[in-house]
Amino acid sequence: MSETEEPPFGMPYRRETRYDPPAALLELQDRPLRRIRYHPDGVEGWLATGHAESRRILADPRFVMGERFLHSPTDLPHVFVSISERVPPGFFLFFDPPEHTRLRRKVTGVFTVKRMKELEPRIADIVDGCIAGLRAAGPGADLVREFALPVPSLVICEMLGVPYADRDAFQRDSADMLDLARSVEDRNKSMAELYGYLAALVPAKRDHPGDDMLSALAADDDLHDTEAAGIALILLVAGHETTANMLGLGTFALLEHPGQLARLRAEPGLVPTAVEELLRYLTVPHNGVMRIAKEDVAIDDDVIRAGEHVTVVLQTANRDPERYERPSELDLGRDAHGHLAFGHGLHQCVGQQLARVEMRIAFAKLFAAFPDLRLAVPSEDIPMRVEMNVYGVHTLPVEW
Amino acid sequence: MRIDADREVCTSAGMCALTDPGRFDQAEADGRVVVLDAEVPEGDPAALAAAERCPSGAITLR
Repeated sequence: MSETEEPPFGMPYRRETRYDPPAALLELQDRPLRRIRYHPDGVEGWLATGHAESRRILADPRFVMGERFLHSPTDLPHVFVSISERVPPGFFLFFDPPEHTRLRRKVTGVFTVKRMKELEPRIADIVDGCIAGLRAAGPGADLVREFALPVPSLVICEMLGVPYADRDAFQRDSADMLDLARSVEDRNKSMAELYGYLAALVPAKRDHPGDDMLSALAADDDLHDTEAAGIALILLVAGHETTANMLGLGTFALLEHPGQLARLRAEPGLVPTAVEELLRYLTVPHNGVMRIAKEDVAIDDDVIRAGEHVTVVLQTANRDPERYERPSELDLGRDAHGHLAFGHGLHQCVGQQLARVEMRIAFAKLFAAFPDLRLAVPSEDIPMRVEMNVYGVHTLPVEW
Repeated sequence: MRIDADREVCTSAGMCALTDPGRFDQAEADGRVVVLDAEVPEGDPAALAAAERCPSGAITLR
């Protein structure tokens, strides 16, 4: 691309296939860091589609969340643009250091590798319960409703101390908040409702504490109640939406790749490697993550100027042929480590070790419990979450 | 080689403890990196992988 060529308008996001990033987006990898024009006003910014470039930008503290994002790489009401106007207190995902550091460290002790190891038996019980529920629902049941969504919802509710009985409301608010087809106003309203629900739980937890995260946050003198609720909002939403979609879409992908599934069934020791490859191959946070340059930053021959927006596309970074051989192939035996499905840098997913344990146990038990699991409808009838902030399947009817 | 871990930069993602559990642990309070054994043989693959996978660049080998 010459210097004088007009940068393309926006980031392509319409997929042609179920598992692959849009072809037009992959084509942009010929220049893995490039200028694009942003919606709505055509202002120029940057798009990183390569693995090395994405990793470098996300690890560089000169790229920040800033005050708010004014432009979006797509014409969808992008989550960062729409929500950053009203980020609730404590919602550290959108904060920069030192505030980010102070808030994130309130919960990181709970998600260590060791603590997740200790949680394995309890997660296994929850998975067993959901498998029993799926079986009881009978052939034709929706795997999303009976398994993929309840497993992580039950786990995060128990960890946080949020009553699972309230799931209808919080699952709906959470889904609506991340639905890019809805208006900015509606999505902000859903977020405010969910935040209000959690904010009301905080003083109740202080009065009647339990052995859970919300009680610990409520008792922390260094945290305002409004911050405790904001932290809980991140954990509740991110804690069930992302893993649920990896379980639903991951099951679909495995059923559609019978050779890979047979390999997984034959070799249970492959599960941890398989989970990393599914994370790489599917990359459910599919709309890119945004940053703003705090100062001028040189990346190889390009200079990203102070104040410019940068969108890092995790799903193409994870399909970068410079980083992965045959990137468009699902290969459960490959070493997929270094993928960016959990992001990179100081905002990298705080619950990733929980997600790994949940996926390992859930996939292993699901395919062991149903040796003949298959789709109950033609695969082209499975509704995909194209316009959701987290990619996946809306429903997955299965039989056995 | 010697492992150097910057606990101020550490973001408690746990990649080091997951990748090379013999050498890295996480503090109970906030999950920040704890180096269990700082001396590693030259070119040790597990230590190199742990440093490479650290999202915050907190781990260096020198």
